[in-house]
Amino acid sequence: MAINQCELRPMGKSIHRKEDPRFIRGQGRYVDDIVLPNMLHMSIVRSPYAHARIKSINTDAAYQVPGVKLIITGEDLAKLKLAWIPTMAGDVQMVLAVGKVLYQYQEVAAVVAETRAAAVDAAQLVEVEYEALPVVVDPFRAIQPDAPVLRDDREKKSNHIWHWEAGDREKTEEIFKDAPVVVSQDVRFQRVHPSPLEPCGCIADYNKGTGKLTWYVTSQAPHAHRTVLAMVSGLPEHKIHVISPDVGGGFGNKVPVYPGYVCAIVASLQLGQPVKWIETRTENIASTGFARDYHMKAEIAADENGKVLALRVKTLADHGAFDAAADPTKFPAGLFSIVTGSYDFQQAFVEVDGVYTNKAPGGVAYRCSFRVTEAAYLIERTMDVLARKLNMDPADLRLRNFIKKEQFPYQSPTGWTYDSGDYEQTFKLALEKIGYQELRKEQAEKRARGELMGIGISTFTEVVGAGPSHSFDIMGIKMFDSAEIRVHPTGKVIARLGVRHQGQGHETTFAQIIAEELGLTTDDVLVEEGDTDTAPYGLGTYASRSTPTAGGAAALCARRIREKAKKIAAHLLEVGEEDVAWNGEAFQVKGLPSRKVTMGEVALAAYTNLPEGMEPGLEATYYYDPPNLTFPHGAYIAVVDIDKGTGAVKVRRFLAVDDCGNVINPMIVEGQVHGGLTEGFAIAFMQDIPFDEDGNCLAPNWMDYLVPTALDSPHWETDRTVTPSPHHPIGAKGVGESPNVGSPAAFVNAVVDALAPFGVEHIDMPIFPWKVWEILRKSGVTE
Amino acid sequence: MIPNAFDYFSPTSVDETIALLQKHGYDAKILAGGQSLLPMMKLRVAMPSVLIDINHVDDLRGWREENGYLRIGALTRHADLENERNLMDRYPLLSKTAEWIADVPVRNRGTICGSLVHADPGSDWGAAMIALHADVEIIGPSGVRRVFIDDFFVDTFTTALEVDEIASAVLIPSPIGRAAARYMKLERKAGDFAIVGVALHVVKANDGTILDVGIGLSACGDVPVRAKKAEEWLLGRPLDQETINQASLLAQEEANPATDLRGSAEYKKDLVRVFVKRGLEEIAEELR
Repeated sequence: MAINQCELRPMGKSIHRKEDPRFIRGQGRYVDDIVLPNMLHMSIVRSPYAHARIKSINTDAAYQVPGVKLIITGEDLAKLKLAWIPTMAGDVQMVLAVGKVLYQYQEVAAVVAETRAAAVDAAQLVEVEYEALPVVVDPFRAIQPDAPVLRDDREKKSNHIWHWEAGDREKTEEIFKDAPVVVSQDVRFQRVHPSPLEPCGCIADYNKGTGKLTWYVTSQAPHAHRTVLAMVSGLPEHKIHVISPDVGGGFGNKVPVYPGYVCAIVASLQLGQPVKWIETRTENIASTGFARDYHMKAEIAADENGKVLALRVKTLADHGAFDAAADPTKFPAGLFSIVTGSYDFQQAFVEVDGVYTNKAPGGVAYRCSFRVTEAAYLIERTMDVLARKLNMDPADLRLRNFIKKEQFPYQSPTGWTYDSGDYEQTFKLALEKIGYQELRKEQAEKRARGELMGIGISTFTEVVGAGPSHSFDIMGIKMFDSAEIRVHPTGKVIARLGVRHQGQGHETTFAQIIAEELGLTTDDVLVEEGDTDTAPYGLGTYASRSTPTAGGAAALCARRIREKAKKIAAHLLEVGEEDVAWNGEAFQVKGLPSRKVTMGEVALAAYTNLPEGMEPGLEATYYYDPPNLTFPHGAYIAVVDIDKGTGAVKVRRFLAVDDCGNVINPMIVEGQVHGGLTEGFAIAFMQDIPFDEDGNCLAPNWMDYLVPTALDSPHWETDRTVTPSPHHPIGAKGVGESPNVGSPAAFVNAVVDALAPFGVEHIDMPIFPWKVWEILRKSGVTE
Repeated sequence: MIPNAFDYFSPTSVDETIALLQKHGYDAKILAGGQSLLPMMKLRVAMPSVLIDINHVDDLRGWREENGYLRIGALTRHADLENERNLMDRYPLLSKTAEWIADVPVRNRGTICGSLVHADPGSDWGAAMIALHADVEIIGPSGVRRVFIDDFFVDTFTTALEVDEIASAVLIPSPIGRAAARYMKLERKAGDFAIVGVALHVVKANDGTILDVGIGLSACGDVPVRAKKAEEWLLGRPLDQETINQASLLAQEEANPATDLRGSAEYKKDLVRVFVKRGLEEIAEELR
């Protein structure tokens, strides 16, 4: 049961979400709910071809539609030097196509009209003449020397974007040379899409009188978006006001700056009227940031007893037509080198090559701390392949190879310093809770009867909270985050942070952190995010970074306030500051618990009765540069039954034991885990964005890009261990993404386990029923 | 996701509806539940310039039994049949099919006749009405006619309706004997169109043999498919395992599904076999 918001000492309690009343009653305020006077609407003309030269664009018929105000093409933007914009990955991307299109659904023209219907009508009448060019869909084809070069704008005449590596190639080779056991597995992490319920959109409102641009936008990182916009457009940063109102899910999809945003801004600048652009579902899936699309090969060298020695990973990353991946700038393959996972490898070598293809750009961190999902899936899948080769129980293999509790802080062979963890404890709890030995017995009995049951394990390590300024920046801006807390005379608090929640519950959890530090209740603290004119600068919410960064800032900012409050308390208690102690709820005179003042009393004094010479008011700002990332981990176990007749997989049980350090609100953590597991389930069994050989996107809508509902998702069992982060101010680690990072491998391992009697070692996701049926068919199994 | 502009009419009688159809011809579309039409219009796959909303035509409402048939009016919603206890004994296939359709909001608005007229070969009602040997009642300028369901479906998205006709009802023969039914469906996610759907309707005679049987297949051809050979094989036989196995093989032969994102043709044909077998086994158990 959730607890009301009026309790003191709220930390670690399942406080009711402050967001819920407005969302449940339909009183949220999303971008599309905002209607401004004289607002115009924009619709985008998109390419039906995946690769084609644009021979001509004729807008005459479109301009005849009543209410049409403006039609923008790539040539128009080129005159403003806005046809191309920089991406976060150091590439450039087209806003509107100039000369040619590089993927189906690419933006070709933008139509602005008085109504949305008129904009759509006119967009249909924009005549674009294309000349089809050879299409490259397969990334392996893209890197062949005779493949058509897609990006003729670049100096480098090749579809190869970059090569990136981590670890020690020579030392790793050395171990592989003499290793008694080597396994190798090709693993594809298919192209998926975050698919938030609310698609992307914005309203650009440029006031020619004030010279100020107000930009309402579905943004996970409003400050970063403002800075990028200032750099790209030349508008002064203080005259750009970015407002990210309620956001209906982001999952990484709302981190990049999209062409539609730029077009709406250009239109508003030209017309001096607000311009709204809201994506359709198809536009969201087919043109905005996809995730994954990694073609990976992993090899593990081990000894005969199953002790792992070295890991070698080679990956081809399909980035689509532009490298618009959303990673910290120094990390083109994100944090993929966390791929050694929870295991104590002596050496590892990881290399990734990015390539262009005729597909939509992206590579966003979908509920994932920058390519960690790919990494966790790969290592957890390959550990099972090793277990099979050695004829070992996959649980035993993991227990033999975990990084031990006493090895933390642990230096990984690819350069990470794991802050803390106790993998064995978490895994043993999971094994016990699910009844692992009994399940294996049941499985043996069922196998004897010809029934197909599988058990899948994933004991993953996450790396979240980007990040420390020595390594992490986005286009040069360090990835710190911030909090600003103001305590008003009646003891009520407004707190503003540099992050921007999209369902994570910051209004509750950050209020809990601050209330705990200040001896107040959650109800006393109003958390505001998403307005660049009021909130302190921060890099936004993604990659499970809010609690590790802004959460730390909130705690330290509150402590800064408490320092000043203590001085005022001493004044009120008429003792020296050294005689005052904080008891968690109030300041008291040391040794005299009954002589105390509350934060409410101190707050009033801060405005009415100050010690002489003290600056009035009670507020503080804190910019927190975390010393390290945090490393949450978990042990997940899936149990599946397979229908031999249809190939359908039923997830009978799924247990997730997470360790995300100290927990602020257990109910919110559980909700995060449920949501992430459901998305992981969808990736394992339902989701893919396939393309045909002409580059046509075959799942550009929710008919074919399958989003699960409560009817589809299994029942989730959850539990927790607590290994606090030693360096985080409240010992918390971030959890939103663990279930999505950790669960796909558990599902796939379970299905492969069920099919192991037929020699199956791997199945690529998504595991549709027909894939299983084909394996059974080949194995002579039928109903 | 914005439809093109269109004119909207809301007639209150069948005659008025027919007159509007005569006037506007192929530019017009009938709006009943709108659960296929409106999404198609929003995607501009369908761009009618006239919508004729029949929701205020009282004569098209409701269901009743008359003259040996169950007559289901054109405005009857999926949810009406899903939840109608009075029909579950004698026409069990209706609720068993309805509960598989899309989701609750769609079932609350979408109509049975609308689904049939849309003539999607992957629809659930097409297969069910094949299994029930239904007729479609059609009204046009020259009066009322009845078309057997097998003749109603002409091609994908094409029926025997003329441009100035409406489907006013679907008529299902009332069973003489104990009826049992199953709707078997595999879907990629809850509410999705079928990978394959199998509708089974069996009426048992007092001597234990099969008096009447219908097997309809969804997503197994250009139109909803009747597994005719399997039906003929079952008629007059007792529902034992050997008979069931043979029927499932015969039904599989009659399926002609396409290879697509939902699976290969070979896979889907095998699903037909598995579903006919499982469904008939369950029915045999129920009618024992």
